[in-house]
Amino acid sequence: MKIVVCIKQVPDTTEIKIDPKTGTLIRDGVPSIMNPDDKSGLEMALQLKDEKGAHVTVITMGPPQADLILREAFAMGVDRAIHLTDRKFAGADTLATSHALAGALRKIDFDLLITGRQAIDGDTAQVGPQIAEHLDLPQVSYLEDLKFDGDKTFTMKRHIEEGYQMLEVEAPCVVTVLSSANNPRYMNVGGIVDAYQKEVEVWGFNEIEVDEKNLGLKGSPTSVHKAFARGLKPAGELYEVETDEAVGIIIKKLKEKFILN
Amino acid sequence: MNLEEYKGIYVFIEQREGVIQNVALELLGQARKLADELNDKVYAMLLGHNIADQAQSLIARGADEVIVVDAPELAEYTTEPYTQAICQIIEDRKPESMLIGATTLGRDLGPRVSARVETGLTADCTKIEVGANKELLMTRPAFGGNLMATIVCKNHRPQMGTVRPGVLFAMDADENRTGEVVNYEVKFNTAKFKVKLIETVKEDTDLIDITEARILVSGGRGIGNEEGFKAMDGLAQTLDAEVSASRAMVDAGYIGHERQVGQTGKTVRPDLYFAFGISGAIQHVAGMEESDLIIAVNKDKDAPIFQVADLGIVGDAKQIIKKLTERLEK
Repeated sequence: MKIVVCIKQVPDTTEIKIDPKTGTLIRDGVPSIMNPDDKSGLEMALQLKDEKGAHVTVITMGPPQADLILREAFAMGVDRAIHLTDRKFAGADTLATSHALAGALRKIDFDLLITGRQAIDGDTAQVGPQIAEHLDLPQVSYLEDLKFDGDKTFTMKRHIEEGYQMLEVEAPCVVTVLSSANNPRYMNVGGIVDAYQKEVEVWGFNEIEVDEKNLGLKGSPTSVHKAFARGLKPAGELYEVETDEAVGIIIKKLKEKFILN
Repeated sequence: MNLEEYKGIYVFIEQREGVIQNVALELLGQARKLADELNDKVYAMLLGHNIADQAQSLIARGADEVIVVDAPELAEYTTEPYTQAICQIIEDRKPESMLIGATTLGRDLGPRVSARVETGLTADCTKIEVGANKELLMTRPAFGGNLMATIVCKNHRPQMGTVRPGVLFAMDADENRTGEVVNYEVKFNTAKFKVKLIETVKEDTDLIDITEARILVSGGRGIGNEEGFKAMDGLAQTLDAEVSASRAMVDAGYIGHERQVGQTGKTVRPDLYFAFGISGAIQHVAGMEESDLIIAVNKDKDAPIFQVADLGIVGDAKQIIKKLTERLEK
């Protein structure tokens, strides 16, 4: 079985803070990481490699420094890494991003394509299903677990609000994986050393199969009209008092707002 | 693409086992407001099987026309049949805009449809307004809720957006409203149906929905342990409230994910939100800042939660819960 996993390098958004004076993002010193949902997708692929001998390729689209997460993927145990990078891809929204990735994926033979459910910098959950559409493949999103019968058929467990669904789908297909699906393995020490000996294939527009008009800024139907720090409402009253008095203040407030009689 | 041809605000009505989901009514309420401003109409797309009897209720909630697609292929949601149905409506009717709930269903359907018809989709909007050129301005959190971005879709139609449940307001049912119910037939290409649903399993027996609660007693790291959560349960009972939590507590396994408030959990807007021992990371605040009254208790007087709280108490959350419960029980 051949598996391709799409991964993305993202800023660790839990480490981002807002400058209270200027209302802008403080990005200095914020680490870049492999997107958590993608990493769980990669772990799922590596488990299929361990169990069924699957061949695992990772692909990322991003600037030169995204090479780092491909090295990390090598150190976790993938067989092949592709770095999709070209100025023609710049300024892409989700649709244009999905076109570029689909263009690359047309050049790779696979039975299963895995993406993370969503990336923590955008939280859109769109690129996986959009790739599936461009490649005319079935999709299962919000994946928690997957079993392969060894021949053609996957049995999938998909998370929904009230529980889960069990689905059956034949290869080739696209899945988007939740970070709660598993605990990704660590890089192994030998793997880290080897990761820098291995070759990352760098692909640009000329290596992929896609209509140029669908790429980058030109291929993006959406654009950012404006971006701003969320306005915080004025802070309310703050008390630093003994417990009994504090409880009294809370009860008074609840009465004031007619929550208590 | 001649943008002039595209008219109407279309709302995807999510139903599960024939029950129309609240998020669909919230979208209708918002679509109604936008349509009134744009002098346009609201179309509700009701897809499923044996669901036609619910169409009239959507008119009372703001729809001018209900497009009913009743087909056995749509009895339970899978991506492809629903995508085909929506895309056929788009080709036929040329909607100006389309709103879908940002549920696990809507976030599966939305991107598939947007890619098939090649248009823009804004995910998880928290606000939708009309712009200077009558385009929709869709605002959403980005960078884990640290930043808000207003997105436009200038030259493609429909302008699509998904909206999280609990963010917008449904209108009260107005039985005097009039509208049309139209049965719509879809020609399915069944050769493309490749995902087979084997079963749907419900896990939460008591199916609580914290977005429906009037009062939420929410806990974070400062609550500490299981004992702390028991105390919160006690307070919640005296107030007829539900218990919710920050992500840290869900990750620690003290409480289920269905009770998580925040960017990766649920957006809530209760009359009263108690934040006990919650520091107020932006990811959490994004999910509760619209609550009518926020009372926060935290040991750290610099905790960011105090910036959104109407009433802040610097102190030990566990002590306050205990005393407050005692006083209320009297």
